[in-house]
Amino acid sequence: MSTQTPVRGHYASEDPLWVKVVVVTLVALFLTLLLILPLVTVFSEALKRGVGPALEALGTYDAVSAIKLTLTAAAIAVPLNAVFGVCAAWAIAKHEFPGKSILISLIDLPFSVSPVVAGLIYVLVFGAQGWFGEFLLEHDWRIIFALPGIVLATIFVTFPFVARELIPLMQAQGAAEEEAAVSMGAGGLTTFWRVTAPNIRLGLLYGVLLCNARAMGEFGAVSVVSGHIRGLTDTMPLHVEILYNEYDFVGAFAVAGLLCLLALLTLVAKTVLEMLHPGVKTRSAH
Amino acid sequence: MTDLTISIQDLSKKFGRYPALNGVSLDIAPGELLALLGPSGSGKTTLLRSIAGLEFPDQGKVLFDGEDVTFASAAARRVGFVFQQYALFAHMTVAKNIAFGLDVRKGADKPPKAAIEARVEELLKLVELDGLGKRFPSQLSGGQRQRVALSRALAVGPRVLLLDEPFGALDATVRKSLRKELRRIHDATGVTTIFVTHDQEEALELADRVAILNLGEIEQVGTPHEVYDSPASAFVCGFVGEANRFEGAVTKGRFTAGSITLAAKGVADGPASAFVRPHDLHPAKDGLAVKVSRIVLQGPLAKLDGHTADGRHVEAAFARDGVEGFNPGMTVKLAVQKAHIYPPT
Repeated sequence: MSTQTPVRGHYASEDPLWVKVVVVTLVALFLTLLLILPLVTVFSEALKRGVGPALEALGTYDAVSAIKLTLTAAAIAVPLNAVFGVCAAWAIAKHEFPGKSILISLIDLPFSVSPVVAGLIYVLVFGAQGWFGEFLLEHDWRIIFALPGIVLATIFVTFPFVARELIPLMQAQGAAEEEAAVSMGAGGLTTFWRVTAPNIRLGLLYGVLLCNARAMGEFGAVSVVSGHIRGLTDTMPLHVEILYNEYDFVGAFAVAGLLCLLALLTLVAKTVLEMLHPGVKTRSAH
Repeated sequence: MTDLTISIQDLSKKFGRYPALNGVSLDIAPGELLALLGPSGSGKTTLLRSIAGLEFPDQGKVLFDGEDVTFASAAARRVGFVFQQYALFAHMTVAKNIAFGLDVRKGADKPPKAAIEARVEELLKLVELDGLGKRFPSQLSGGQRQRVALSRALAVGPRVLLLDEPFGALDATVRKSLRKELRRIHDATGVTTIFVTHDQEEALELADRVAILNLGEIEQVGTPHEVYDSPASAFVCGFVGEANRFEGAVTKGRFTAGSITLAAKGVADGPASAFVRPHDLHPAKDGLAVKVSRIVLQGPLAKLDGHTADGRHVEAAFARDGVEGFNPGMTVKLAVQKAHIYPPT
């Protein structure tokens, strides 16, 4: 290399054409095979015999009850986790206390534990043979194989989404604005509503969307605690499995299609959010 | 006008094992403009935050007019605090930011809306930001944000105004004009003001008195004139203003470091450090022999860089007439007008 001519660096844009073609083709193939094709299959299978039978499958008593149960579980689990997530993020990002790193690890636990294990934990604790089994039976409180168990399992699995979204955001913002508010005489709640909440609202919304998507789609943990009682404790993902195992493909894919639609809706909401607020950085939860 | 006397008594604070404040005592007179000056890690910000009620000490007391407020909240103390990065509420307009402290008051304490608006207008005028009330902080320059932070802190009618590195995030020109501004606002409101800085020039120019901190302890408190002319310790002498430092020893009232000898009255025999300010060195017939390596003319001043015969670096500054005939490479004589000599600490 002579010193007279500037050294040309290796930029991605200067890679040979064939490299670009191969790489892009590989990615396109991958996406088609793993993402687009399955998605198309879901809808094409659901609509194989036309719109009528698909809607019919969604209108059966069992399907409606599964949809209701899924929405109910999400409607309870998501707000609870939103509140918990805000509290945890607030505590971790704005305060110093002993055991902080342990709390951060605990929040991540649901990501690292298999959902099936999570479900089993609740069966072991609240099931008929579990620690509180006798006590619960005596008082006729049903947790396992009932809505509370499903909600608990959903909460466990979706536990980290909101907190994980907010912790880095709040840490980056620091505590100076809160300190300023407090030094001017604002109380804790006033400070939260008027200073902290406006600063985190987009991150919170994003965390809630992710949390909601996961809450509705959760299979493993819910499967263990649900007991699969049709029309009673079947959620949408569980109902898909039951119908599929019964060779009711149109029904199975119709429900699966609805789940996909809900997921796509979440993605659209997220994209719109990012378009409306281009400056706001939303991170993936993992 | 406030006439608050602040008394800090034997304040200590540790962060983990690291002591941020180590038995600091300080009295602040009513209406005073005081600078807390020190390098980073000297504890100056911790001291300011302890006065504000944003940090609580492990030991010692903070008294406001004789009343113990050591563990009182910032709001109860009625302090105005200006944060280093201003901590303006990004989602509120300038006017809302300034009004915040009055707006969050409850019941009978809360002034009527018109009164709050009038107060905001008055403060915007005070900091010369009239007409910018509807803007958001992101639409302002650094200097303007600083002014908003200042007026927000003043809005609640604080008994003491506390500023943490108020000019740290600004460029040199804005810094200078805002310094004058702060002085003007202090004189106009008469509120006791304490600010933290690591910039000695800023402290000396702006403050009535300067408290110099090092490693969590106060080295000296005095007027800018006092700390500059009669530094109480080697640290103060080296930190406030420029100085040539020579390591040597004192024997029988004379300091010697190689070819340099200086009068050292009242300093005990033994190793010692001598500090000579550049402007206390000037050309003379007799004095320190310095080989000139560089001469820079700065306005009315000539700055000279050189070495003694035994290789000690010397800087001198004097009126530029004195430099006539001096050239790099030649050896000149510099008389020492004043030296500060300290035994090792």
